[in-house]
Amino acid sequence: MALKNIYDVVVVGSGPGGVAAAIEAKKNGADDVLIIERDYELGGILVQCIHNGFGLELLKEDLPGPAYAQRFIEEMLSLGVEYLLNTMVLDITPNRHLFVSSREHGYVEIEARAIVLAMGCRERTRPQIRIPGMRPNGVFTAGTAQRWVNVEGYMPAKDVVILGSGDIGMIMARRLTFEGAKVERVLEIQSYLSGLSRNLVQCLQDYNIPLQLNHTVKRIMGKNRVEAVEAVQVDDKWNFIPGTEEIIPCDTLLLSVGLIPENELSRKAGVKLDPITGGPYVDETFQTNVPGIFAAGNVVHVYDLVDWVSEAGFEAGKRAAQYAISLRNAESRYIPLKAGKNVRYVVPHKLDKSTLAQEDIRLQMRVTRPIEQPVWIEVHDGENLITRKPEKYVRPGEMVTVILKTKNYTDVSKANSLTIDINPR
Amino acid sequence: MQEQYDYIIIGGGVVGCMVARWLSRYEGKILLIDKAADIGMGVSSANTAIVHAGYDPLPGTLKAYMNVKANSMWDQLAGELNFPFERRGDYVVAIGDDELPIVDKLMQQGKQNGVPGMVMLSGAEVRRREKNINPEVSGALWASTGGICDPFQVTIAAAENAVMNGVTILLDTAFEDFIMEGKRIIGIKTNRGDFLSRWVVNSAGLYSDEVMHKAGIRPEFKITPRKGEYFIFDRAEITIDNVLFPVPSAKGKGILVTTTLHENTIIGPNANEIEDKEDTSTTKEGLDEVAAGALKLVPTLNLRYSIANFAGIRPTGNAPCKTPGINYKSDFIIEIPEEVEGFVNLGGIESPGLTSAPAIAAEVVDMLRDAGEKLIEKKEWDPIRPARPRFRNMSHKDRQLLVNMDPRYGQVICRCENITEGEIIAEIHSPVPARTYDAIKRRTWLGTGRCQGGFDMPRVVNILSRELGISPLEVTKRGKGSEFLFRETKEVEE
Amino acid sequence: MAKEVELICTACPQGCTLTAVIENGEVIEVRGYNCKKGIDYGIAEITDPRRMVATTVKVKNGFHPLVPVYTDKPVPKPLIPKVLEEVRKVELTAPVKINTVVLENVLNTGVNVITSRDLPAKE
Repeated sequence: MALKNIYDVVVVGSGPGGVAAAIEAKKNGADDVLIIERDYELGGILVQCIHNGFGLELLKEDLPGPAYAQRFIEEMLSLGVEYLLNTMVLDITPNRHLFVSSREHGYVEIEARAIVLAMGCRERTRPQIRIPGMRPNGVFTAGTAQRWVNVEGYMPAKDVVILGSGDIGMIMARRLTFEGAKVERVLEIQSYLSGLSRNLVQCLQDYNIPLQLNHTVKRIMGKNRVEAVEAVQVDDKWNFIPGTEEIIPCDTLLLSVGLIPENELSRKAGVKLDPITGGPYVDETFQTNVPGIFAAGNVVHVYDLVDWVSEAGFEAGKRAAQYAISLRNAESRYIPLKAGKNVRYVVPHKLDKSTLAQEDIRLQMRVTRPIEQPVWIEVHDGENLITRKPEKYVRPGEMVTVILKTKNYTDVSKANSLTIDINPR
Repeated sequence: MQEQYDYIIIGGGVVGCMVARWLSRYEGKILLIDKAADIGMGVSSANTAIVHAGYDPLPGTLKAYMNVKANSMWDQLAGELNFPFERRGDYVVAIGDDELPIVDKLMQQGKQNGVPGMVMLSGAEVRRREKNINPEVSGALWASTGGICDPFQVTIAAAENAVMNGVTILLDTAFEDFIMEGKRIIGIKTNRGDFLSRWVVNSAGLYSDEVMHKAGIRPEFKITPRKGEYFIFDRAEITIDNVLFPVPSAKGKGILVTTTLHENTIIGPNANEIEDKEDTSTTKEGLDEVAAGALKLVPTLNLRYSIANFAGIRPTGNAPCKTPGINYKSDFIIEIPEEVEGFVNLGGIESPGLTSAPAIAAEVVDMLRDAGEKLIEKKEWDPIRPARPRFRNMSHKDRQLLVNMDPRYGQVICRCENITEGEIIAEIHSPVPARTYDAIKRRTWLGTGRCQGGFDMPRVVNILSRELGISPLEVTKRGKGSEFLFRETKEVEE
Repeated sequence: MAKEVELICTACPQGCTLTAVIENGEVIEVRGYNCKKGIDYGIAEITDPRRMVATTVKVKNGFHPLVPVYTDKPVPKPLIPKVLEEVRKVELTAPVKINTVVLENVLNTGVNVITSRDLPAKE
């Protein structure tokens, strides 16, 4: 696939937010839409979310993540959206140039009239919640473990303790149990469940996995691989309650302690972030503070239903297309002015056709060599003569002027470029 | 298995690798062993990364002498070995007027040690240079020769240069005992067999006491492990551009707030004695202590922007300073003891050990020469260890050229730090090959960013599996016993 | 003797807390529902609890070694371990299409296990 220099809309990330944006961008008149994905295939996080619960609102169906993703991806591809895989966006400038890197295309710069940021979230890590102890292997975020179990096809755990009763943690409790691992405990530091209560039933209660609210991990033990975690009860200020410590032998600690919108790229583009959501400040069209840069999905704030992510993507994509089209219209009003026979240069270099509808435009130029006899200064569009001016002679030392008049507008409006030639009379 | 060497070096930390590199200049078969799965996994990987100016050690001690002598060697060394190094200068900051005399005394001590380029700064000047400093700063010692490095890059660079010049490095090889012929050491026993050698160098860091005891040397010498904990901060949120020390105390140099060559801000270390030399755990009390200590220098530091924390262990020895009249109880041991033959003994190399490493290496060579070793220079010795491309540090233009040359550099694996597959593969096939996840992390800085490996881990496991020709089930984080994966998803255990 | 059991309804993400009143093994009343699905759920959960099951199946020569699958209707809860066992015995060969029936009428439940996505063959 050959890359274009400029796209109407570039979407970063092919999860549900990005794919929805690409679809609506196309449906709303964007010509060239490119979606960029860092993974081996389209779908984003949905590729690994193999459980049901997707599409209940939007499609009135109860689908697994990959099926939901495929539905929209097929629509997106049928609309002619281009895509890049295994491609990382490394930088975005405020004037909407993206620097991307991949094995296939190398390191390239792509310009976009509008961008939709749909990078989703990353997971909160162990150091961010400062669990003390040794640093053995076997401490993973739930999403990383999910990737291994469901996509790569490997089990990173045999005997698991899960910290955090978020949906990902509970889903993984069930998933690991299905594939023959033992989930010893789910610990939740708050006094209430972090995720959907349906998951408490379907993932923990169904499999007799104990949930302990008001509990957290005090310490991780094990040199090369996790050997145990020390669980402890906490009060409402999250202070450890002495005497409640319990050592739980295990080989894996899975962390499901929060999602953080992934906005490193947004920052580079000059997008202002809300410290509370972790995502960009956006208006009702999901445009950020940078004109032409939109954001949709988990990158804005964390959603619990994918259906609403798609909805946000639709809106952002539609608006991005509208923005791109208005830019394109503005651009196409401009045509270049070229120096033709015996003309060294012409100023202005380009003119806005719509200006000529209202007022005359003065063209100034210098000739390359003197012609000491009568000449025509001719302005044409490559085929047709638009206007011409007689001069008794032309010399490099004396600037030459031609006036394009408003009466020339009709002819000029049909032109893609204008050339000025100097021919003997 | 009884191979004959001229020199065997026990311990592949920064000191051992520097000794190997220095010795590699001369004719002779050299072996370096380390018990871990990679070089530099001990003290050398977990410290503050400072190249000290040398005002801190007590005048007259070996620490002071080696520190100052080594400091001026770093520019040439960084040029030859191509590791990142910068002379930022360090500040020892006095908060409140009471601390000014301490800083003044430090400057006098520095002058005694022969430290050049020191200046006393007023509080106002410090505030001008470091806008985040505690406004109650009363002044500071500024030592212009202080520098920062990446201690692991230094270690690996020295090791690679040594290998390039003929040194053999055996990892997963643990020293067990000496092979003696009377009073002469003729070799070592390890868990991978016996090796014969004319000389053995003890650079075993935390275990240097146990090694020398096996030779009957200095039975009273003891390494007391002292833990130091650290936080690393998100470079997008916290940017301290300077190296800031508090005034020192009896415990040591104190809890720093400093920049690193990766542009992260790091705070630490505290100093607490521990029992177990392998106890690299962080503790709640310790981390709280570090956080509180750092606030003394930069009161606006917000812990919510920390992205990592870790602990290092100092190999603090109890060897008294040899200089008469100097009452110091934890000096370096750098000697060829008389009690046995064929032994170079390095012990208690804690801070300023990293800084002193090149000078210690040079000293080992001198001591061997003085002991009668005919050190014949190799004509083909190459002091230059070439740098490998670091995609994230390159300009747009250079990145394009790099990727055009080898498309594998176009595949970004670590999203947060922009590390590419090309770099990872290069490290797996380098002179001291990276064979574990942590080995790649130390060499490339992969997995150290905001997501702490969340995205890259499965990919790195796949790359290691492919490049080493092993199953993904065998890929480890830090050597045998630290595998990532237990089995395939669909294989159920009986 | 009526027994009261507290349940969390999983018919939709709302997760209303229900109380099912049981007498002689029959649900005589459901309280706490906010829609009709709640009543149905309350009764079913006591007399014949069912669940959607999603897991993965081995694939030979695929772009990935596994393809995700799910039950096209909920299966009786007590049968879940056996359903998983049956699924584990299957090995497909790539390329695989979405909605392919991997196990028809699994364990005579009238439920099919189907694939959740296309999976192309390894390049």
